[in-house]
Amino acid sequence: MPIPTPFHSRQLPLVTSQEWREWSGYLAPITYGPSYEYEYYAIRNAAALIDVSPLFKYEISGSDATRLANRIFTRNIEELNIGQIGYTPWCDDHGKVIDDGTVWRLEENRYRVTAADPNLRWFQDVGYAMDVEVHDVSTQYAALALQGPQARNILMQLDQGAPLKSLPYYQLTYGETRRFPFTITRTGYTGDLGYELWVEAQHAECLWDQLMGIGQDYGLTPAGLAALDMARVEAGLLLIEVDYISANTALIDSQLSSPYELGLSWTVDLDGGEFIGKQALITEKRKGSDWTFVGLEFEWLELESIFKAVDLPPQVAGRANRDPIPIYKWGEQIGQVTSRVFSPIQKKYIGLGTVETGTAKLGEMVDVEVTVEYSRQRIRAKLVKPQFFSPKRKRAVLDD
Amino acid sequence: MTKRYDAIIIGGGHNGLVTAAYLARAGKKVLVLEQRHVLGGAATTEEIYPGFKFTVFSYVVSLLRPEIIRDLELTKHGLTILPLESTVTPLPGGDYIYRGPDHWKTYRNIARFSQRDAEAYDEYSRMMYYMAKAVKYILEIIPPDPTSLKPGEIGGLLDMARHFLKLPEEQFYTLVKLMTMSSADFLEEWFETDPLIATMSASGIIGTFLGPRSPGTAYVLLHHYMGEIDGVFRAWGFAKGGTGGISNAIASAAQSLGAEIRTEARVAEVIVKNGKAAGVTLENGDEIYAKTVASSLDPNLTFLELLDEKHLPDELLDDVRKYKTRGSSGKVNLALDALPEFKSVPQGREVLRGAISFSPSVNYLERAYDDAKYGDFSRQPYIDMILPSMIDPEMAPPGKHVMSCFVQYAPYELREGTWDDKREAFGDAVINTLSEHIPNLKKLILHRQVLTPYDIEQQIGLSQGNIFQGELSLSQLFFLRPAPGYAKYRTPVRGYYQCGSAAHPGGGITGAPGRLAAFEILKDGLL
Repeated sequence: MPIPTPFHSRQLPLVTSQEWREWSGYLAPITYGPSYEYEYYAIRNAAALIDVSPLFKYEISGSDATRLANRIFTRNIEELNIGQIGYTPWCDDHGKVIDDGTVWRLEENRYRVTAADPNLRWFQDVGYAMDVEVHDVSTQYAALALQGPQARNILMQLDQGAPLKSLPYYQLTYGETRRFPFTITRTGYTGDLGYELWVEAQHAECLWDQLMGIGQDYGLTPAGLAALDMARVEAGLLLIEVDYISANTALIDSQLSSPYELGLSWTVDLDGGEFIGKQALITEKRKGSDWTFVGLEFEWLELESIFKAVDLPPQVAGRANRDPIPIYKWGEQIGQVTSRVFSPIQKKYIGLGTVETGTAKLGEMVDVEVTVEYSRQRIRAKLVKPQFFSPKRKRAVLDD
Repeated sequence: MTKRYDAIIIGGGHNGLVTAAYLARAGKKVLVLEQRHVLGGAATTEEIYPGFKFTVFSYVVSLLRPEIIRDLELTKHGLTILPLESTVTPLPGGDYIYRGPDHWKTYRNIARFSQRDAEAYDEYSRMMYYMAKAVKYILEIIPPDPTSLKPGEIGGLLDMARHFLKLPEEQFYTLVKLMTMSSADFLEEWFETDPLIATMSASGIIGTFLGPRSPGTAYVLLHHYMGEIDGVFRAWGFAKGGTGGISNAIASAAQSLGAEIRTEARVAEVIVKNGKAAGVTLENGDEIYAKTVASSLDPNLTFLELLDEKHLPDELLDDVRKYKTRGSSGKVNLALDALPEFKSVPQGREVLRGAISFSPSVNYLERAYDDAKYGDFSRQPYIDMILPSMIDPEMAPPGKHVMSCFVQYAPYELREGTWDDKREAFGDAVINTLSEHIPNLKKLILHRQVLTPYDIEQQIGLSQGNIFQGELSLSQLFFLRPAPGYAKYRTPVRGYYQCGSAAHPGGGITGAPGRLAAFEILKDGLL
């Protein structure tokens, strides 16, 4: 049975749709109002407030903290400056991904880690006999993602002192209101300009109220998971248990994925620390990976025509669809689309998926399955880089 | 050195820009000439008052073809169309009717007035879906010439006949009714709630010099349902940054494809040599040469102003002179110091980010038309209002707002006086009408911009201020648009084309005429 997040009292009257779902044991709104699309557009056009408290949060500290972090994460943590954040997966000994998240370097030897799944035991076990402490701080902090082109303007009203204009993408800073301090990370799961705010859970409601008050003049809209899911597919961001299966939960080997197979080679630093899985990944890099992570653009005219054949307008997933569909080439199945959505702002039907390495290159056409009136059909889709939307504002830094 | 182009596009409105982009995409050297300092024609956004962006003329977008968004990658060039899918009608006495994206909320709202109407609403929507599907076919093809005996034309006509004969009997009869009835009469066959009928029939009169009881207006209703049948595409939307956002995105796409765009370059005349278009002469006397020229202006300008009459057959001259471009609407744009408080509409974003229609009864609309019929602006006009800053916060400074009011009726020719004398009185009539529903409105106004049909003509060149470059009446559509025999984007002058809203399939921010014209120009292979 899901339990409320620290923002629940504020969400409850706003979730007029009564659409909730469970997220890591918490109750999370799927949509607030009648239309998930307004919430999606709030992310792309104005600003959206998304409760991301159910994320798991860990703190790693002690004189061996950097050593431990470098042992767990595939990125070279030594390279993170204090205040910098790195997105990274972490692997088992076989180089298969357990989970992915962000690592923040708070101090020389103090880190915060966000994760989708529970990881305390793993982190502590890896740190065995090191001078390090790993704590689960998940319930200590509530978190709000403030995402969208107006996010900075709103945040600047909340704390006029915080150096937000110059804060680069994937950096953190500290803010405060008259009543409590909070941490600001320039991160998010939308591929847009945005921040995530981390506050002691007792101040959660107060932070929500202040943001909603200021946000009124900036089009701030609370957004649920439906809108977030659409945005993350457009941004090409992975979702655990949807686009890949954790090495902790996979039941058969073919369900496992390496970082290379998830398009995360940029997060693997083979010249850096002796992270877990490194040897396996060195071998994989030499031999090549079995799978390749891809983006797909469905051929719209073909989609139209297979629907037209039964006298219907094209019908596609409005909300992101997580039921996988097969990808074919020359009649053979070469992979699967794991997430797909009709991108409202691009008027394109797009997907994220995996294909067997070497079967098809970016720019090539493959066939994907589309169901039309209970009948399974195939249309062509183009393989593209798995990132459909990445506006300049996402990374832009302004002059102070 | 004089540069030679493959094509010169006269007019940097959204259709002209679409034509330019498609020609440039085909590798042609294209020049767009716009008389104003801003691009977009009727689709412009201007900061009329510091910090406040006015979507000066057009304000919503219904049917911008999704294939244009994809073909020209307009998202990469900054285009975002935001949903605009609710309409609220404030009523005298403090009540209102709301229709929005939540099906049952709409049902309950209509049921407050009539449960029968609430049920009929679904049936009506389904019927309109079928009707729109039947007619959409026409919008997507290049009109065949019914008088021609060429095999291609006859084939086209036969295809069309087959298409319509395939319709189930009931749908066919409904289609005939739609083509012939008035919007109010048609809607009264379905509904009994007067303000609901009035608000729905209003979309049948927008941009026409007709009232809700004038026959022929039911067809225009259908025009607005066309977006529905694209399935995932919405019928109505608001472009981020105002309608200028659309023009800027298309212009940016055209430029990235190699098209050249010049503003403040008014064309005086099309140069014709040996019966063929050879370029244009600008108002400043410069001559620019090109293999083809396309005009996105209305027929009055395309044929009568820019060409010497001697190049045109008498019949066409006659048809163009009779082509109806009666302006019927004006625009009032306001910069507001705060969010207006509506007496009879629920405050809050969900309602105020949609359309607000001042159309309390069919008689109200018809009376508004009565004033105009005899040469006056409506004392109590029909107003279609949106608050762009509620949809896109970048339209006004935080906490401030812009209000866009489309106002009907305002005749181009006044019975007495001139628009220069009456402009402010027209603005006052609008503000007074609104003030009945928004008591604090007058106190909030920081700046007011009033545009009459005369202003629309003077500023952006639409003859008589007609927003569609000619009424969308059946007598001016399809193979009759703009004139019989010239519905295929061509003109009697070889290499001179039409690519604006006066060409098939007509007005609104669709980009469709511009796109189809580009295909026809390329087909001729003159460039």
